[in-house]
Parts: sequence; C-alpha cells; structure tokens
Amino acid sequence: MTILQIFSGASNFVEGVDTAFVLIFGVSFFFLFGITAVMIYFIYKYHKSRNPVATQIEGSNTLEVIWTVIPLIIVLVMFYYGYKGYAVMREVPEDAITVKVISYMWDWDFEYENGKLSKDLYVPLNKAVKLELTSLDVIHSLYIPAFRVKEDAVPGVANYMWFIAQLEGSYDILCAEYCGLRHSYMEAQAIVVPEEEYLAWLADFDPEVKDPKGLEIMRANACMGCHSLDGAKLVGPSFKGIFGSERTVIVDGKTTTVVADEDYMKRAITDPNKEVVAGFQPNLMQSYKKIIAEEDINHIVDYLKTIE
Amino acid sequence: METQNNQLNYIEDTQGRWGIFAWIFSTDHKRIGILYLISITTFFLLAALMGGLMRLELIAPGETIMDAQTYNGLFTVHGIIMIFLVVIPGLGAVFGNFFLPIMIGARDVAFPRLNLFSWWIYMAGAILAVYSQFAGDGPPDTGWTFYAPYSTESGTNVVAAVFAAFVLGFSSILTGLNFIVTIHRMRAPGMTWFKMPLFPWSLYATAWIQVLATPIVGITLMMIVAERLFQIGFFDPALGGDPILYQHLFWIYSHPAVYIMILPAMGVITEIIPTFAKKSIFGYKAIALSSVAIAAVGYFVWGHHMYTSGMSGTARWFFSFLTFIVAIPSAIKVFNWVATMYKGSIDARTPFLYAATFIFLFMIGGLTGLVLGSLATDVHVHDTSFVVAHFHYIIFGGMGFAFFAAIHYWWPKMFGKMYNERVANIAWLITFVGFNVLYFPLFVIGIQGMPRRYFDYLPEFHAGHLISTIGAFILLSGLFLMIINIYRAKKHVTPAGDNPWGGVTLEWQVPSPPPTLNFDEIPTITKSPYSFEK
Repeated sequence: MTILQIFSGASNFVEGVDTAFVLIFGVSFFFLFGITAVMIYFIYKYHKSRNPVATQIEGSNTLEVIWTVIPLIIVLVMFYYGYKGYAVMREVPEDAITVKVISYMWDWDFEYENGKLSKDLYVPLNKAVKLELTSLDVIHSLYIPAFRVKEDAVPGVANYMWFIAQLEGSYDILCAEYCGLRHSYMEAQAIVVPEEEYLAWLADFDPEVKDPKGLEIMRANACMGCHSLDGAKLVGPSFKGIFGSERTVIVDGKTTTVVADEDYMKRAITDPNKEVVAGFQPNLMQSYKKIIAEEDINHIVDYLKTIE
Repeated sequence: METQNNQLNYIEDTQGRWGIFAWIFSTDHKRIGILYLISITTFFLLAALMGGLMRLELIAPGETIMDAQTYNGLFTVHGIIMIFLVVIPGLGAVFGNFFLPIMIGARDVAFPRLNLFSWWIYMAGAILAVYSQFAGDGPPDTGWTFYAPYSTESGTNVVAAVFAAFVLGFSSILTGLNFIVTIHRMRAPGMTWFKMPLFPWSLYATAWIQVLATPIVGITLMMIVAERLFQIGFFDPALGGDPILYQHLFWIYSHPAVYIMILPAMGVITEIIPTFAKKSIFGYKAIALSSVAIAAVGYFVWGHHMYTSGMSGTARWFFSFLTFIVAIPSAIKVFNWVATMYKGSIDARTPFLYAATFIFLFMIGGLTGLVLGSLATDVHVHDTSFVVAHFHYIIFGGMGFAFFAAIHYWWPKMFGKMYNERVANIAWLITFVGFNVLYFPLFVIGIQGMPRRYFDYLPEFHAGHLISTIGAFILLSGLFLMIINIYRAKKHVTPAGDNPWGGVTLEWQVPSPPPTLNFDEIPTITKSPYSFEK
C-alpha cells in the first residue's frame, strides 16, 4: 500500500469518501493553522514587554454570533458530504452477487451462492458484490481499507455491506473489532479478477464432494480458529494424530499423562479447562456441553479419529 | 481582605489526628483534594508505564517483548485505570475539591463527610480494579469498553474489573451531587450565577452529567455480571440477547463521560488565560453557557461510536448530525480564549504555556473528531489507530495538559512554594514534543488502515509505529522531569506568596496555603470574577 492512496478508485466508494476526507481536512487545516498563527501572534504582539497595560474588553455579541454561525454552516456542509458519501453504501443494487461471510475467532470463510467455500474473497471486476455478514461467536468487523468499507459482523444480527471493485489486484481484509487473542492475525485477501476468471474460479468446485460431518460441525462452531488439522500450533493443540496419542496434561496444577481415547476427546470438548495440554493457556476455551448436541460431539470424535 | 496570621493553614492543622489519619479521615475539602492528587498521580504513572510497555511491544512487527494475551490485558488495564481512575475523577476531584469552595467564597463543600466517603469509595474501587489484574484467571482482556458478547464469554477476570468500574461510579455520582448542592447553596453573598468564576461553571455542567449519566453505566455493567454469572440473556445472542443493545447502553454513559473529562479542563484554561493576559475573559456568558450546551447536547451523540455496528440508517445520520452540532460550543470556547489574549499584557509563564498548548492540541483533537463524526469518513477510520490518536489528543492533549496547567497554576497556592520555573518550561517543551511525536503518526497509519487493538501489524505500518514509540519515551521523560521538578518545590525556602501570578479570583485573596476555614470572613461579591480594573 502506497501513501494513503487518495482517490485510487479501488472501489466505487473511494471517490465519495475521499472527497469528504479532503473537504474536512482542508477546512480543519485552515482553522488549525489560522487560529494557531493568530494565537502565537497575539502572544508575541501583546507580550507584557511590548504591551505593559492590557486593554479590558468584556466581549462582543457581534463576534459571538459570527463565530457561532460560520462554523455552524461549515459543519453542516461537512455533515452533508459525509452523509452523501455514505448513503450509497447502504443502497445495494439488485443484481449484486451475494457472498456470505462467516467470521469466527480468528478467521474468515467466504461462502458463494453455489456452496463454494473460500478462505479469500474472490470478486469479479466492475460487478456489485454484497457481503452478508455473520459471526459464529463474538463481534468481528470486516474492513477493506483500499475499498473504504467496514461493517461489523455481529452474532445474531443480519448486517451487510456492498461494493464494486474497480481495480484488479489483491487487497487486505482486516478485522477491525477487537475479538481476542489472535485479533490482529484475522486477515484475508480480497482478490479482484476479470469476470471470466472469476466465473472459472467459481465453477471449479464439485458440490457433490461433501466434507465429513464432524468437520462441518467443527467449522460451524469455529473450532478451526484455534485448532489446526495439519500440526500447526495455534491457540489450542492441533488435532493431527490426536487419537490414541499420549498427552501431557495439567490437572489442578499437576502434570500427568493421559491417552487420548474417545472419552478423553469428549471431556476435552465438554470440560476443556479440566485437563489442559501442557504448553497451552487454560480458560481460553469454553465448555461446549450445552452448545453442541451429544450426537454431534460423537460425529466430531469419529472425524478426529481419522486425522493422522 | 484581611490576612489571617493567627489561623493555622490546612497543612499544619491536623485537627488532633495523628500522621496519615489526619489525611484519610479529614473532611477538609483541601485535604481530600490532596488525597485525590496523590492517588490519581500514582495510578496515572502506573497506567502511563503500561502505555510505554505497549508502545515498546509495537516498536517492530511480530512479538517483541510480550505475548498477545499479555498485550491484550495491558491495553485493557491501561484503559480501565486511565478512564475510570484518572481522567473521569481527574480535575474535578483534585482541583474541584480544593478550589471550588474557595472560588465561590465557601468554607467547604455542602457535604464534607460525603466528600470524604466519596474518596473512600474511590479507593475501594481502585483496589478492586488493581485486584482484578492480579487475581483470578488473568487480567481482563476485553478492552475497557467490555463489548458483549466477548466480555460475557472471555475466560479472564472480567467480573472483578467490571465491578470495580461499578463501585467507582458511585464515587463520581456522589462528588457530582456534592458539587451541585455546593454551587447552588453556598456561593458567597452577591455572587450571582453570572458573577461565578468559569471553573466552577464547568464543574457545575460536569456534575449534572455525573449524576444523570453514571447510573446508566452502573446498571449496564451489572447486566454484564448477571450475564456471566447467571446466563440471563441480555446481550448474548446465543441466549436470546442483543449485542447492539449493550453498545447503546455503554455509550449512553461513556460518551458523556468524555465531557466529564474535558469540561473541567476547559474551565481550568478559562481561569489561566485571563490571569496571564491580565485581562478580563472575553465572552464570559458565551463560555459559561457553552459548557451547559456541551453537557446537554453531549447526551445525544453516543451513536457516533456505532456507525458500523448495524444500527439503523436513520440512527446513523441522526447521530452524525448531532455530533457536528456539539462541535460548535467547543469552537466558541476556542475563539473566546484566543480573543482574550487580544490586547492583553501577556506573561507567558509555565501555566500559560500549558494552556496555550492545550488550545492547539484540543483543536487537533476536535477537528479530527469531525472526521469521525462524518459518516463516510468514519466508516473508513472507525476502529483504527486514527481513533486512538483522536481520543488521546482530546483526553491527554486536552484533559491531561489542562491538568498539568492546573498543577503548575495552583501548586504555589496549595503548598505555598514555587517550583523551578526554568525546569518546568523545559519539561513542558519535552512533554509537548513527545506527545505529538507519539500520537500524530497514529493519525497517518490510521488513515492507511491500521486497525486498533492490534498486537501485531503489517509491514507497511512499521515506520509510523516506530516513530510513535520513540515519541512515547520522549513524552515519558518529559513527564518524569515535570513531576520531579514539582516535587522538589518543597525544598524552596522562600514562600511563593499569596498571589504569585496576580490573579483576581477569590483563591488568590486568601493566604498560601489557605487556612482550614479558607476565609476569616466570607467575602461579599460586587464585581465580575475577572475584573482587572483597579
């Protein structure tokens, strides 16, 4: 990202937003430097060495009216431009492509209308895209600085945002609402490609190939934000090769070992802070006893047995 | 006025109590002011050091000196201490307690025992807040805003921290109530509302916010506790609650709380400028009434914290509109302060230097607030370091620099000794430079898209963070120099005198330090408070 990228045109909102920025900053700099200069001039000119006796002036109603009315007009103009640049962000064109955003601690999934799931947001050039924002846990906020858009993903609330990407390229997607331990790592890319390329990408997907049920349940409960399948150490231990392995755990401050059998894996879901794997923080995971049905927990355990 | 040679001053007069008990059980408003001064300075230094550690962590991308969980705990604790223990009580509790009765010609506040009780509640809340950091399952990691449902789910010690803020609220409410009654009932004979000095005016507007708004945050924080302990379902959608409701309730208090901090700061500046310009304040009524206007309109702008939350479209433009309106009374004050300097006879000593820099920093804070009040621009910079820079310019550059101005202005009155003015001016310059080097880069990287509350960041933000961290250490060294210099004032042998600056408000007409009962005889007021004509 180069310096500020004012008026870069990466999305259809950049111009309206940057116009409001330029207007407000322009007026602000004028007043900041103007008033500061006048103040410094007064301090110099009316320093006691140059002006030993002050002239008593109680005030002036004319001046009070002037410096109430003029700033009032100026801020109303600012309000108008801010509103104008923003109002279009709430009016989604009817032909917009809808992508469902599934946010969770601490990652994004993008689900397309044909069921395709992606870790990055692929969008076609010059086409309206509507993002339906959902969260599986706490509040997140989807932020694409280059597009000047941001909207919170609030659990239980159907928030949305939209944009038309106007420049090909790859842009940072960041989480702007604080969401815990790995908040600053909750990143993805918005990848803008020509429409044909987008359609080809979208079609490269077989809806018949379904993920195992256990994996789907884990995804829906945001397990994968903290536990990897490939051995990578995230916030919690990886699931790789977990079944039957010997685990060093800390129970009530004492280190001991257990074998990860079915029973252990169920306990780790329903009472996760009882036996904490050595090297990991307690209390970061809540009990899923009331959240995931017993039958679904069995599906998860069945799936975890297959991760080698 | 008579000089009171026979009366003991408030420092000598222990009222028969031994050692520390002469302070912590004293109902003298001046002693209570000093109690707050010591407690607030201690917590300020603690939280400022935490801020320094956070800046050190951010000096380079990746883990530098601490892990992410520690960092998240630090910015939460930094926020809780700074907001609830330092800036909200701040000027009102220290200088309001000490000077409000003297400036309106009273012997004490209306309810001296309640006043002492407020300090005890403050200390109880403070101890709870500190306890929440060290006990239980680790320091709270929710941010000082305690947003649900994160705060209802986090495994850390949220309940203790939230309860501390709840307790501290009572201290604030009771102090506000005390000041309202004091100002209504205890002004000296002849002191009509428009003959009252403007620092008491600002405390009056502030006190109404404290009394009316604080109960809302108290209830809201208790709802968080109930949610965590009993799974009631106020805010957590998993239990049928609404997370946006929490944000409304929280900001209904926490936005007016910004005015609790800044109004007394404006009051201090309004006292200092006439004294050093040797000139009556320009536009007395405009300044007095703009305080009331800020307090009144400031209640209805809280939604500007929530433009991206999913609040209704109508609410978004409504709050944006009112946010622009509330900028006007602040602008009026700035114009009147500068106009007060016109044709004055200015003696630019330390308190005046702080007051002038207050105006500059407050303007930057206020003008960047317009960027955040405007819908289109806020969507881009909301929850970025632009916001962090903005509110530090208002709270630290505003309230903080006003506090430094106040301590340099009133210190000789409070203790009868003058600090070394040369060193004080050097400390002022270092603090001012450090402050801007620390916070200004955060505006720039905020516009570039650097989100706030980030433990780690993308490489393009490195330069801004590096400069900011350097500024943090310049600022900290300035602060230490300032504090050491003020503390060393006690070594001066020669007394500062009753009126070292040539001020005309009532506190400059009593001895330094003031006697226990402030006045031998309650003065009768016939002139405006800033009348420099002989």
